Amino acid sequence: MPMIKIAIASGKGGTGKTMVATSLATALAPAYEVNFIDCDVEAPNGHLFLKPQISKTQPAVISVPEIDQEKCIACGKCVQACMFNALVMLQEKILVFPQLCHGCGSCTLVCPVDAITEIPNPIGTISQGMVNSRIHFFMGELKISEPMPTPIIRQTKKIAAKISDITILDSPPGASCSVVATIYDADFVILVTEPTPFGLHDLKQMIGVLSETGTRAGVIINRDGIGDKCVEHYLRNSSYPILMKIPYQNEIARELAAGKILVNFMPSYRQRFIDLFLKIQTILNSEVEGK
Amino acid sequence: MLIMISSEGKTLESQPSLRFGRAPNFIKVNLIEDDWEAYQNPAIDQRGGAGVKAAQFMLDQKITHVLTGRFGPNAHQALSAAGIKMITFDSSCNTVSEVIEAFKNNLLTEVD
Repeated sequence: MPMIKIAIASGKGGTGKTMVATSLATALAPAYEVNFIDCDVEAPNGHLFLKPQISKTQPAVISVPEIDQEKCIACGKCVQACMFNALVMLQEKILVFPQLCHGCGSCTLVCPVDAITEIPNPIGTISQGMVNSRIHFFMGELKISEPMPTPIIRQTKKIAAKISDITILDSPPGASCSVVATIYDADFVILVTEPTPFGLHDLKQMIGVLSETGTRAGVIINRDGIGDKCVEHYLRNSSYPILMKIPYQNEIARELAAGKILVNFMPSYRQRFIDLFLKIQTILNSEVEGK
Repeated sequence: MLIMISSEGKTLESQPSLRFGRAPNFIKVNLIEDDWEAYQNPAIDQRGGAGVKAAQFMLDQKITHVLTGRFGPNAHQALSAAGIKMITFDSSCNTVSEVIEAFKNNLLTEVD
């Protein structure tokens, strides 16, 4: 089987991304080795459900410039090279804003007098472990007060690369940089939404992102039965299929709040999530043939 | 003395902008020569670090006093390191001219 990466995203927060991601991973794990990557590095929660045995935690680091003021000739080339406004040229010295730095190294490259050394700036941690010897679990966690989630998402994905045939990426909410960093190399995106005007509004934002990246996607409507039919009406005229509907049920809410996984406390969902995966495979295969 | 005022528009009758890094325009006023000039904020379309880039613009323009509604932490740090004085006004000033008058009459607050 070729490697397949499926990202779970939503736009709106609290629609059930992690419920879907943990259920999909759990349903597939008996048959396949699965990577589960929690990319919601500002508030990771996949571990609360999967309860992995963490075997290793390492720092996530970006390299930030340190300027040797003795060597610096205040030419300003590093300031011009910085795309992220992390450097300011004062009258005779350069001021560094480490929290704006993306660690790209451009300043070091352009410095004509080698006045810049790169020093490690820890911005969080990356943990890995196993769930029942079948799910390889990875989680990035951004340090509180650090403003930049994307480097840690990229690093977590890099550490997890090429371990399993199936990779499940649990995305952060929203439709901004950290979501793009999660989904940009995915083969398929599952958009989890709820049938309310709020769910639809943010779903449209994600569909806007996907029209830029060109990624194939489908929609899961969670808490079906609440709200209205606006999401279904909207999707009827789009190229995004409805993959599954999960009705609103008190029991689901109660068990999820207790940290349980949907396919475990409602075994009928196990087959539905396996079917979901098969459906995604079919969509991706038809795309390949279509080209 | 060269002062810079964050502004929504490009004239002295424009509404002053309460934002610094994301202000649409800046009005530079030379109080000694009684002369002024408008600039588009070069940081307006930056994804991040707008305050720092706008602060760099103040440095490059050799500004001595910056007048705006509020300074963000990065802009504050950069301007402070550059020795540029930071002055705040509030929404009671309706035009850039009113901000200048208030500054001349010492009615505005300087930020530490």
